[in-house]
Amino acid sequence: MPPVPAIGRAIPRREGVAKVTGRARYVDDLSLPGMLHGLTVRSPVPRGIIRAVHYGAGVPWDEITVVTAADIPGRNVVALILDDQPYLAADRINHAEEPILLLAHADKQLLEEARRLVTFDIEPLPAVFTLDDALSGAPIIWGENNLFKSYFVGRGDVDAAFADAPIVVEGVYETGAQEQLYIEPNGMLAVAGDASGVTVWGSMQCPYYIHKAIAGLFAMPLERIRVVQMETGGGFGGKEEYPSIIAGHAALLAWKSGRPVKMIYDRAEDMVATTKRHPSRTRHRTAVSRDGTLLGMDIDFMIDGGAYCTLSPVVLSRGTIHASGPYFCPNIRIRGRAVATNLPPHGAFRGFGAPQSIFALERHMDRVAAAIGLQPDELRRRNFIRPGQVSAVGQVMADRVDMDAILDRALDMADYHQKRTRFAAANVAAGRTRKGIGFATFMHGAGFTGSGEDHLASIVSVEATADGTVRVLSASTEIGQGTNTIFSQIAADALGVDVEAIEIAQPDTAVVPNSGPTVASRTCMVVGKLLETACRNLRAALTDSGHLASDGDLRQACRAYVRERGPLRASAHYQPNEAARWDDERYQGDAYGSYAWAAYVAEVTVDLVTFETRIDDFVAVQEVGRVIHPVLATGQIEGGVAQAIGWALYEDVVWREGRMANSQMTNYIMPTSVDLPPIRVHFEEVPYQHGPAGAKGIGELPMDGPAPAIANAIAHATGVDVRRVPFTPEMLAHLVEAAGA
Amino acid sequence: MRSWLAQYEMRSASDLGEALDLLSRWPGEWTPFAGGTDLMVLLEAGKLPRRRFVDLWRINELRGIAASADSVRIGALATYTDLLTDPIIAAEFPLVAAAARETGAVAIQNRGTVGGNIANASPAADLPPALLVYGAALELASSRGRRHVAYESFHFGYKRMDLAADELIVGVTLPRERRAQGERGAGWQHRETYRKVGTRRAQAISKICFAASVDLDGGVVRDIRIALGSVAPTVVRARSAEESVRNQPIGSQTIAAARLALRADISPIDDIRSTADYRLRVAGNLLEELLS
Repeated sequence: MPPVPAIGRAIPRREGVAKVTGRARYVDDLSLPGMLHGLTVRSPVPRGIIRAVHYGAGVPWDEITVVTAADIPGRNVVALILDDQPYLAADRINHAEEPILLLAHADKQLLEEARRLVTFDIEPLPAVFTLDDALSGAPIIWGENNLFKSYFVGRGDVDAAFADAPIVVEGVYETGAQEQLYIEPNGMLAVAGDASGVTVWGSMQCPYYIHKAIAGLFAMPLERIRVVQMETGGGFGGKEEYPSIIAGHAALLAWKSGRPVKMIYDRAEDMVATTKRHPSRTRHRTAVSRDGTLLGMDIDFMIDGGAYCTLSPVVLSRGTIHASGPYFCPNIRIRGRAVATNLPPHGAFRGFGAPQSIFALERHMDRVAAAIGLQPDELRRRNFIRPGQVSAVGQVMADRVDMDAILDRALDMADYHQKRTRFAAANVAAGRTRKGIGFATFMHGAGFTGSGEDHLASIVSVEATADGTVRVLSASTEIGQGTNTIFSQIAADALGVDVEAIEIAQPDTAVVPNSGPTVASRTCMVVGKLLETACRNLRAALTDSGHLASDGDLRQACRAYVRERGPLRASAHYQPNEAARWDDERYQGDAYGSYAWAAYVAEVTVDLVTFETRIDDFVAVQEVGRVIHPVLATGQIEGGVAQAIGWALYEDVVWREGRMANSQMTNYIMPTSVDLPPIRVHFEEVPYQHGPAGAKGIGELPMDGPAPAIANAIAHATGVDVRRVPFTPEMLAHLVEAAGA
Repeated sequence: MRSWLAQYEMRSASDLGEALDLLSRWPGEWTPFAGGTDLMVLLEAGKLPRRRFVDLWRINELRGIAASADSVRIGALATYTDLLTDPIIAAEFPLVAAAARETGAVAIQNRGTVGGNIANASPAADLPPALLVYGAALELASSRGRRHVAYESFHFGYKRMDLAADELIVGVTLPRERRAQGERGAGWQHRETYRKVGTRRAQAISKICFAASVDLDGGVVRDIRIALGSVAPTVVRARSAEESVRNQPIGSQTIAAARLALRADISPIDDIRSTADYRLRVAGNLLEELLS
């Protein structure tokens, strides 16, 4: 009898027991004989030229391994999109906390003293910390014009639309940086040598990114590099590109010392030195008819990339494509720019540019509605994009999207209309609190943008083992989000076995093929689909060889095959969707294979004594295709909403001379469980034909909607126009005062 | 951990005499270490300048909360958990209980001490405003003897206080007599308020901490005591604001006068946690809320 399908059931997390019993092994649990500890000495200034390095007396310097840029055997660049970021600053410093040299010693605490004893003579250079200074080019700090990347996308005749428009609404919206705050800080352990090549173990999202980066750093062929993911305590994008740096540093120290070297950042270093969400500024000009039809959208979207390019062009791309939201407008022009400043490079963070541009749009839509005297939901309904309509970049919407139904469901669950009226009436009376309710409607494209998945050309393999289980071989990492569990479900159902018959191989570049990075909400939808195909191929191979009858036992078949013929492996290679079109030059076409669609509603109380905002209720309704695992999927939404509430209300990176001044969890305020509302999650399930069992992407979506929903609720409660994330009590105090004066 | 432990030394005192002896023989050399909840943060960050510490944790005579007819004496090593579980504190000094409840997490409440909190002299500390409202006195000991000082006059500048290098805070006394005063008419009303404004609701460091007690008789302010944290170099008693409303009927005029007077009591600044402007405005709002 075939087993009960695993998909759709909340099976236990595959690595859950190991995690809760302490058996799970994180990089800091590893120790090798003769191992040294490594640390990084960083720049005290945001920009300048290194003239001299001094090693002060007080520690035995002859016992300490010191690595500088001059020790690098290969290229001193972190291989990513552009080769502009060095592993170690050789002479030029471009941001505070930039790595200058590395130290290793067996005594970790002595090393801390050594770090304090290293001083630099640095000739300071003028630095740029704001978007305006970067754009004005005073001074030029990167390339010819401080611009990493620009996009111009759109369709129709925007100027003509504005010339004839009865109503034009403008607004400028800003968002601040945000720290990922994964529970496990970055860490790596490396061994390196002429004979052994380079091996690193660590906390990461993307083993093959590190693989490529290390090969360049050591000028070594790829086959001499091995990267192994250890159990990883969260990533949120913060372990997408940054681990290539710490892995390279650990490997350089191991190379020079001839000993294994472990580098583990503490929380303060992780916060002050590693990537954060890109700050942004978006200017909207919207032409609208008196009945609320969008006639023209002119959008200028800008992000602060920090001192090096890293992933900024890709973040910019996603933010630009999402800037016009889930609406149809015949005339759209979007300009996107990623600029250089002397802040530490900003990087990948859940949502990847979309939360920034969606905040601007969804706050702006409420202002447009107010300008023409329409209810916020009515304005959206008149403009929702429908199947067959065309997006800003020319994508014909093939999804069976029904934003009206999603919005109906969300507003109904939140009792929006009744509360909207009741709160407005109650807020007229004097009192110390004001109540409000607001929402946002949005979408999030899953997988890489445009032809990105074609270029990745991902591969997933599965292999039959002698004991009859099937091993899944992929580079997609479990980072707390549930990869191991959903892969087990997908494989089990495709093979027709129980999940206990599935084993997930530890991501190790010596063992698993490159299934691409664990980013962009692609693990389930793209890699999961490859896994489903690979499993079907394995089943077919067993059937073809005569080991598996149509109602036969797959485990027995695997055992028999391996015993008689040896190893059996089946793979699936990503196949471009022949129907999808994308023009990289013009940035036009099918930007994403599919989108998740959502409407989120926030109910808030604003305390007019302290100007603190409390979220009383939160409703999250989304269509994400088939839900593979209801508990994990709900957890993804709840976690994303919580993280977005942090961004919206609490998390304020304080910059002083280009350096994060509040790099502690006591002064960088993230919400605790008592600060969070009940988060009520509902899924509409519309199967997607190219996803495994009909699933789409889910991980980033919940980051997009909460900030604008909360902003709209605060505006409803207080009447003040909130346009900058985070909505701190200090900012609200100022706005309320200004409104009252 | 960013400190090099080999550079640090700790001695554990088995009784008060031993601790005081160490402090008096090398004045300023040994730093008292009680629960360590402030010092360990600096040690972790590699920012602990003092190198020699005397651990007080085993000195049992500094523990305990004891009540007499006219006062309650809190030992310097009493923890926040001790404050939270003491019935007299709960019944008669609710602002102290509220402050203890709002300080840190359970682990911090189990280790953090009253004496350590006072001696650390953070202007953002949560307990001192409550102690100021209740008219606390400190008992200080050295090998030269003991003395008592009013808590209100103890701090006189940022991290500066009336504590000699050889002295330890050994206890805090809260008078009970004002709790017992009766003879109140039908129009008598007593209010006590503790508000910690830290943006998040737990595990926060105060942006503003406000503690107050007010007695109203027929809508006229009689006794009033207001203390604030995080709005000046030390925790402060708002004497000007108190004076401006004493014997005045509460109402919008009184409130406006009190808000104005409060500006003389506090001197908030911009820092990484908040702004001077916000602190001033919210302190005024909290005062207004108390008097409304």
